[in-house]
Amino acid sequence: MIGFLARRLLSALPVLLVVSLVSFVIIAIVPGDVTAEIAGADSTEAQRAEIRERLGLDKPMVEQALRWYGRLLQGDLGQSYLLNRPVTEAVLERLPVTLSLAGLALVMAVALGVLLGILAAIRHGTWLDQGSMSLALFGLSIPDFWFGLILIVVFSVQLGWLPTGGYVPASESIVGWARSMTLPALALAITQMGVVARMTRASMLEVMGEDYIRTARAKGMRRHVVIFKHALRNALIPIVTVVGVMTGVLLGGAVVIESVFSLPGVGRLIIGAIQRRDYPIIQGGLLITAATFVFVNILVDLAYGWLDPRVRNDG
Amino acid sequence: MTAEADADTASLRREIARARRRGWMRFLKRLFSHRSFQVGFALFSVIVLLALFADLVAPYDPNRNDYRNLLAPPSMLHPFGTDGFGRDIFSRVIHGTRISLGIGISVVVMTGLFGVVLGMLAGYVRWLDNALMRLMDGLMAFPGVLLAIALAAALGPSALNAVIALTITFTPRTARIVRSSVLVIRELPYVEAALAVGAGHARIIVRYILANALSPLIVQLTFVFAVSILAEAILSFLGVGPPPPAPSLGNIIAEGRSYLQDASWIAFFPGMAIAAAVLGLNLMGDGLRDVTDPRLASQRGAG
Repeated sequence: MIGFLARRLLSALPVLLVVSLVSFVIIAIVPGDVTAEIAGADSTEAQRAEIRERLGLDKPMVEQALRWYGRLLQGDLGQSYLLNRPVTEAVLERLPVTLSLAGLALVMAVALGVLLGILAAIRHGTWLDQGSMSLALFGLSIPDFWFGLILIVVFSVQLGWLPTGGYVPASESIVGWARSMTLPALALAITQMGVVARMTRASMLEVMGEDYIRTARAKGMRRHVVIFKHALRNALIPIVTVVGVMTGVLLGGAVVIESVFSLPGVGRLIIGAIQRRDYPIIQGGLLITAATFVFVNILVDLAYGWLDPRVRNDG
Repeated sequence: MTAEADADTASLRREIARARRRGWMRFLKRLFSHRSFQVGFALFSVIVLLALFADLVAPYDPNRNDYRNLLAPPSMLHPFGTDGFGRDIFSRVIHGTRISLGIGISVVVMTGLFGVVLGMLAGYVRWLDNALMRLMDGLMAFPGVLLAIALAAALGPSALNAVIALTITFTPRTARIVRSSVLVIRELPYVEAALAVGAGHARIIVRYILANALSPLIVQLTFVFAVSILAEAILSFLGVGPPPPAPSLGNIIAEGRSYLQDASWIAFFPGMAIAAAVLGLNLMGDGLRDVTDPRLASQRGAG
């Protein structure tokens, strides 16, 4: 297990290298004079020169990159232009909101998706099967941020059950937190719910055709016991493998959902930074979110290796 | 003697061409008898036609203001209602669909091109494989559409930059799919046979490997089309796509966001247009996958 962990950590190094390079390059690809973009069109040359020097943009590219990496290794991602504070601090402070939103959405997507998938598989070929799969396909096809707006119209504007946005920290009020997170998490979960439902159905149908299921049924075991004790357990293994990929999609999707529901997460920080051309925040937000995703993937692999010993002995 | 041989080759060529056509016809017949492909194809065709003939179909100029009809609810005159400037939402949605499909198809073409070139290089040229794939892994480590958002933000809001940002985001997975097909195909006996009779690398790559790696690629590109339409909507919703007043579907939704209380139709209809286009593409992709991959077809519409 230790060897597996070490191998997995080592393989993350080139990925992190590319991630950091791309994040570094983001400022370099801004067309024209980046300092004019930052300082505004009516800025003086002196102001621009000051920004250029502060950002080290007057140095050659290689030197800029070396300096950037030097500070990165110390966890320093530079200063935000407009917030007047370190980027690392601003991003890390908002990371818990984004992570809890993505986590809640993951739970919803898996729970609802598995439920729909089982329903479709045990009622294979009936209207329930078709209905669940149509629902799953619809979930896969709608834009999640738009679904969030529809949820606001129905549950906040029309029914008045839940707030239209805003965030209540769990430390303040756990009920308030749950109320503020329900609609965003549901909006974020809808696409992945479709993915999970389709996967669950397919793998349930496959497992239910296996010999050991027929054996269990033949020896007189009840249908629902066979379905839940034998079939479902094995059918869920493929779902575990996609949890890592799903987390990535959810983390990325959270960026948009946060700005729809005014949640103070990393996503909304990045979107705000885009509007105000606060490039270090965009750069740092991108880097930290991607690094989080790489880390989550390692955790998922470890969990999977623990569940299925074949994985950890494999190369 | 040589004339006879030439005649033989010519008739053989004709025979091969005929067989190939028969194979194609059989494939198309199977594809069009697949139910979800039929539904998806019908739905998507209608949307493509509406977008192609947007100027003829749209009852109004998408940017024409009508100050006597601000925020009018859906009616006979304005089937999808009007927005805060009195612009006809139906006309804007139809023109917006044209923009979305245009960006989507551009991303598909570019992603296909780069995906094939990079996937082929990685699969065929051993020493490039590792470096290229690590680069692709690194790009895939950016969660979801976040990379596209950051790239589009840095490059500046425009349709072209949206295409560039989305192509960079979707190429890695496509390249990986092409690479894994190439790795399997290059070991097959017919490639060895072609090498043995003296076929060059170019011929092997195009006629033997690419031709046989095509079906998983087409399935993937159908899904890239669907995902690009969704991602483009996100970019314009966040203000880093084609800038207003261009009636891109994401822009209309973003504008409708301020009127959720009184005029929810502004945000509702463009979202439905996106959903319809993406649903059509997903259904077609499901059908294509079932028909081209017999292993999955046995599971009947699985996954």
